[in-house]
Formats: sequence, structure tokens, C-alpha cells
Amino acid sequence: MLEVRGLSKSFGGFRAVSDVDLAVAEGEIAAVIGPNGAGKSTLFSLITGHLRPTTGSVFVDGRDVTGVAPYKICGMGLGRSFQRTNIFPKLTVLENVRAALLAHRGRGPNLWSRASRLCCGEAEALLGSIGLAGRAHVVAGTLSYGNQKQLELGIALASDPKILLLDEPTAGMSASETHETIALIGRIARERRLTLLFTEHDMAVVFSIAQRIAVMHQGRVIAHGDPNAVRADAHVRRVYLGDAPMGTRR
Amino acid sequence: MKTPATALVRRIPLVIVVFLAALTIPWIGSRYDTFLATQIAISALFAVSLNLLLGTTGLVSFGHVAYFGIGSYVCGILMKTYAMPFSIALPAAALGAAFGALVFGFFCVRLTKIYFAMLTLAFSQIIWAICFKWNDVTGGDQGLPDVPYPDLGWMSSVPLLDGLRIADQFYVLTLIVVMLSLAAIQRVIASPFGLMLTTIRENPERAASIGLNVRGYELAAFVIAGGFAGIAGALFGIFNRGVFADFVYWPKSAEVMIMTILGGIDYFWGPAVGAATLVLLNQKITSYTEYWPFVLGSILLVLLFVFPGGIVGGLATGANWLRRKKGGRAGA
Amino acid sequence: MDDVSLLFGQFLGGLTTAMFLFLIASGLSLVFGVMRVLNFAHGSFYMVGAYLAWQSVQWLAPMLGNFWLAALAAALGVALLGGLIERLLLRHIYGREELYQLLLTYALVLILGDAAKALWGTQQLSVSRPPILAGGIEVLGVTLPLYNLFIMLTGVAIAVAGWLVLTRSSAGRMVRAAALDREMLGALGANVGALYTGMFAVSSFLAGLSGALVTPIQSIVPGMDVEIIVEAFIVVVIGGLGSFWGTFWGSVIYGQVLSFGILILPSFSLFSVFALMAVILIVRPWGLFGRPLR
Repeated sequence: MLEVRGLSKSFGGFRAVSDVDLAVAEGEIAAVIGPNGAGKSTLFSLITGHLRPTTGSVFVDGRDVTGVAPYKICGMGLGRSFQRTNIFPKLTVLENVRAALLAHRGRGPNLWSRASRLCCGEAEALLGSIGLAGRAHVVAGTLSYGNQKQLELGIALASDPKILLLDEPTAGMSASETHETIALIGRIARERRLTLLFTEHDMAVVFSIAQRIAVMHQGRVIAHGDPNAVRADAHVRRVYLGDAPMGTRR
Repeated sequence: MKTPATALVRRIPLVIVVFLAALTIPWIGSRYDTFLATQIAISALFAVSLNLLLGTTGLVSFGHVAYFGIGSYVCGILMKTYAMPFSIALPAAALGAAFGALVFGFFCVRLTKIYFAMLTLAFSQIIWAICFKWNDVTGGDQGLPDVPYPDLGWMSSVPLLDGLRIADQFYVLTLIVVMLSLAAIQRVIASPFGLMLTTIRENPERAASIGLNVRGYELAAFVIAGGFAGIAGALFGIFNRGVFADFVYWPKSAEVMIMTILGGIDYFWGPAVGAATLVLLNQKITSYTEYWPFVLGSILLVLLFVFPGGIVGGLATGANWLRRKKGGRAGA
Repeated sequence: MDDVSLLFGQFLGGLTTAMFLFLIASGLSLVFGVMRVLNFAHGSFYMVGAYLAWQSVQWLAPMLGNFWLAALAAALGVALLGGLIERLLLRHIYGREELYQLLLTYALVLILGDAAKALWGTQQLSVSRPPILAGGIEVLGVTLPLYNLFIMLTGVAIAVAGWLVLTRSSAGRMVRAAALDREMLGALGANVGALYTGMFAVSSFLAGLSGALVTPIQSIVPGMDVEIIVEAFIVVVIGGLGSFWGTFWGSVIYGQVLSFGILILPSFSLFSVFALMAVILIVRPWGLFGRPLR
């Protein structure tokens, strides 16, 4: 579903991402982990077109999407949620989602119809599936952090993606919120048969749902494979905690 | 419980109510009142058109007066120099202004924030320089005095309107054009396109990620706003009995921006309220003192520090507060 | 040989304009570079400097060297004004969107403009040249007024002095650090608030000084604030907002474009400077010497 070949990005003399190869099969749940500054967010930005790669290419569902602008990539089945919460603060929850739905369906250039009458059913259904049904008319900026993250997921889902990139979906959450979020993400991924690629610092989360893991360090992928193999990899252990056992919550 | 009558009343668009109320002015008010009302109507359209950029899309344009000016000059030149009827000159003015907005906007939307504002300013000054210097076409620093009134003969066949003086008849025409324009802009803002513009205002990056060509939408907003500013300009040239280069001088852009913010950029009628307030205040104050800029500056300071939401914003906050005090209903 | 004199004369004229503009624009650029505020009222400070200089000359009339004292007094007066404005008004608006900052400074333009009108009326005022600089010198067939030469040298002197202060002194280092990351600077314990007030005062000083120094060459009229601010904007755009040498070279370029523009296509000179501004913003928004803003 997603394939990355030889992807590199240099900023001046600094190589943020070096020669990364990655493949995520359809329906898989994969994670990219690594210490801070390893290049995970940069990698995501390269995939979604927010940054142009210096070298390398990105394929989504067989199509070459290297360097395609973010607004076009959305229509090619790639969805993304961001590290910093990225919603439309002064719009209501319902409007946030309605806007995304209308945009995806190409109904943006419509200057005549009343937007408030369009996509009501789909918007409400989407809110229901991410657990925000009761909050449709709340102004998005006033939501709690956790709810905002849910909304962000909803906006990404509105574009009907085939693969969803999640940048630290449980950042800043308490243990119970994390658990809820992961359950939600897992359920949605199954329901919609999504492919998921996410980055995380919370190892418990990673090892609980990831089927494949890639480890990045200083811009390179130093290990990848199924969770147990990665857990056992010596280089990975050295990079992370200097040989301490993995799978413990950071 | 709402009776069916109240429910029906609520469904009548505010635009129509305002139109009908404003329409009564030539009969219940003096000549001066009509004069002021015409000025307010035109300024309201100009300000609402700016708010399509400022309040809806989040684009801070410091050069909106360029399109007002293009509209004034196109209409004025066509009607005075080429003796064309208003029915051609007005659409031409709108199209001319929209075209100018297309050309300038194409470059402007590639920039952000302060650079965007500066380029809009630069373009509006270019228009000013052209209007100021191109004596053959624009009359240069003398401008185009004596722009004729449109042919309003048709009004004599309408029962109520035939008794009116020409200035009042022009007022009625202005009111019709302005209200239709406002209704159109309101429709655009309520449409999916308008919703997309608000997402661009709120979070341009996210807007791109939901599939919007942000620059394309901004350019479209720019063109639409420019076109309506051109209509306001065309009307103003006739109202003012002449078109002059100082219409396009950059402090005028600041003035319309102040009107818009004074009224409240978060509400559709905000800029209109701001326009009315500013025009009326101006007339009142300039009859006492020549220090209108000082008063305007002070109002602006008060606005910035005390009422950032503008008049309508302040009223809305007050209304909410009252509603909560009266209490009872759970949830705002 | 006449052509050469003509061209050279235009060139010198352009340089004089350039140095004046540099004196004004340097303050504007400084404030923008550090505080990210585009101060519309900078032109008003220039105008106030001119009026204060005139006023001081009236009061100091019989004293020797009164022009120089008046210029200094004017510059200091404007610096004080600027510092007060920063502390009382500007400071509260830093966190808000740029639009509100611009509007605040514009409100000041309106208020200061009328205040000047109230205090000094609408007639044109002027100040005579200081006797030392009354004459002129002959260069390549062109008479260059000594005062203009003085202005050019002052411009260069301030450019060099400013550069030295920015790069060699600890205050200068703080200024450059603040331009890059104000939060970090605050976190390091520097008194960012005082720094900003100081910067704004220095910037106002420069504006006031240039206003004072322009009085022997140009009459003091209402509207000079609005006229000059647009020119200053053009200069900093060409050179690069926030770039020190950019402002210097931007002024030089602007001075020459205006000077030769008038010669080649008189009715286009007005148009050409705005067109130049637009072209730079389109092609290279951060100016010739600036760095791309994030």
C-alpha cells in the first residue's frame, strides 16, 4: 500500500532523513519509532508532500506520489494527522468534519448551496464513529485536548483515506486517554480496512498494536520487522536505552 | 412557543428587512439624510467586500481600495467620456475590478502575512500612480469631474418613485444594487466555498491537507471581493459627482479596514454597522472640529484595547452575558 | 561634458535622497527585524522630529551652533516619545495578530498627525542651513551643496557605527539574538522588555534625527509623515525587512531609481518605484539582502 524507496532529505548540510526504505502492506498496522530527532516527523512530511525529498520516491497504492502537493495527495488516499493538534478552532465540531467531507467530494467550488444543509448525515455518522456525536455544535477550539485529537482523526478520516499516517496520536495523554485512543484507532482501522502508519514515543502503545516496526536513528532506518525481532535487536537496544529491556513504558 | 407568524417573520432574510427600512429614508428624512444613507450604503458594500478577505478568509489586504478605484474609473470613464449607459458601465466596472484583482491577486496569494499585506499595498499604489498621472484617460490629478447620473427615467413609471428628486432616485438605485450585492456575498459566505475559505483562515496547512488548493481559493476570494469593491466604487463615482485619484490613495484602504474592524469582522453585518458608524461619526465630528483623524485614531485605539470584537462583537458578547444571567437554559 | 555633469548631478542627488532615506528606514528595519512590528508611525516620528527641530531653533535662536543643538534636542525628544509609546501602548499588543499591531501604529499616525497640526498649524515651515555648511563645492561640473555632502557622510557614518555596534558590542549581540529568538533570550534571563523599549527609542531617535536634518532642505508640511513612510517601506522591502545592509543598499538603489527615473520618464517615476517594490516582493520577497522569513 505504501512504499518508500531511498528517501533522503537534506537541509543544507544536515541530513535529516537518509536513504530510507519502507514498505507497509495493505491493512497492516506499522509503526516508526526512534529517539527524538531521529527524523520521524520529517519522514512523514516527505511522504505527505509537505517537504520535497532530496532523493528517493514514495508510492501509494502503486502510484508515484513523490513530491506531490499535500492538497493533491489527500485525494490519492493518503490521510494524515499531525503532531500538534491541527483542527479548525473557531468552527464547530460538525463544521470541521463537514468541511473535510465537502472538500473531499470536490464540492468546495460550490458558491450557491447552503453548506449547513450538505453532508449532514455523513458528518454526524463520522462524528459518531469517532465518539464525538454529542459535541457536534461545540466550538472546536474549546474542546479538551483528547477530544481535539479525536476530531483531528475525524477530519483525516473524512477524506476516505486508504492509508492513514498518524504522528504521535497519543502525545500528551494520560494512561486512560491513551488506552481509549488506541482502542478507537484500532477499531476504526478494522472497520474501514485502513492501513496505518504511526509514530509514537509510548512503547507500550507501539508493541500493543503494531504488526511491523521500523526503528529510526539519526535519519536512517536501523531495524525493521515484526515487534519481537525489533525488540531483540541489539543495535536498537543500544540506541534506545543502552541494553535495558524494551516494551516498558517511557 | 413560537406562533406560525413569528416563525414566518424569522425566515425573512435580514437583507430584505434592512432594504425595506432603508428604502423609507427619502420619504421620512431630509435631503441630507438621503445623502448620508447613500454614502453609508456604498461604504457598507465596500467594507463587506473587504471582510470576505479579512474576516472570512483571513487575508489582510491593505490595498483593497485599488479595486474600488478601478471600478470608479471604469464606470466614470465609460459614462462620461463614452456616454455609455449605467447598465453597461456597472458590470464593466465590476469586471474590470475583478480582472485587476485576478492579475494582482495571482501574485499576492503566493505570499503570506506581512509580505502579502505589503504587496497589496504596492499594487494599490501602482494603481494610484497610474490614476494620478495618466492625464489622457483618467484626468490625472484633476480627475474626472461631472460624471453623469444614470438614466433614471424608468423610475417615473414606478408608482411611488416618480415623485422623487434625482438624488433620491439614485439612492433607490444604489440601495437595490447594494442589497443585491450583499445578498450575493452572504450567499457565498454560507456556501461550501465560504466554508472552505473559513478553513483556510483557521488553519491553512490543515485546509491543504483536506484537499484544498489554498492559493486557488484565496485567489477566487480575492477576485470576488475585488469585483464587489468595484461595484461600490462605480456607485461612489456617480454619488460623488466625480472620480478622483485620492479615492485610491492608501489611507483609504486603512479607512475601510477600520470600518470593517470597528463593526466586527466575525459577523456578516459587522462591517456594514462599522461603515454606518464611521460615516455618521465623521459627519458629526467634522461639523465641530477639523481634527477628525485624531478622533478616528482614538476610536481605533479604544477598539484595539477594549473592544477587539468590534461593535457587533461587543453587542453579541453583551447579549450572551444577558442570556446567561437570565439563566435557565443549560448550555449556551 | 554637460551630459556627464547632468548625469553626475542626478547621481549625487540620488545619493543624498538615499542617505536621508537610510537614516529613516534604518530605524524602521531595526524595529521590524527585532520586534516583528512594522511601524507605520515611523514617518510620524520623522515629522515630529522636523517640527521639534524647528521649534528648538526658534527657542535657541541667538545661540551659536543652535542648529546642531536643535537637531539633537529634536532627536532626543522623539526618542522619549517613542519609548513612552512602546511602554504604554505597543507592549500590550505584541502577542496579537500583525493586523492589530499595524492598526495600532496607524492609529498613532492619525493622532500624531493631528497633534502636529494643532501645535504648529498647516503652513510650511523651514529652517535655515547651519552657517558652516552653507556653501557648496564643485565636483565634475556640478555644484554639490555642502549640506548634502554632510548628509551623505552622516548616512555612511551611521551605517558603519550601527554595524559596529550590532556586531561588536554585547548590546548588539542581544539585539541580534532577539531577532532570531526572543523567547530564548528571555529564558536566558535577558530583560527583553527593556531591550524592546530601548530598540524602539533608538529607532525613534534615528527617525527624529532625520526629520531634524531634513529641515534645511525641505519644508516642513503636514502630510510629510504619510509620504515618507511609503518611501521607507519601499526601501526596506527592496533591501530586505530586518536586514541592516539591505536597508543601506535599498536606499541607494531607491535613490538612484527615483533620480534617474525622473530624468528618463518623468511621469513614470512615481509608478516605477512602486513597480520596483512589487517586483521585488514577487520575485524575492525577502529583499536583496534579507533572509526568508519562516
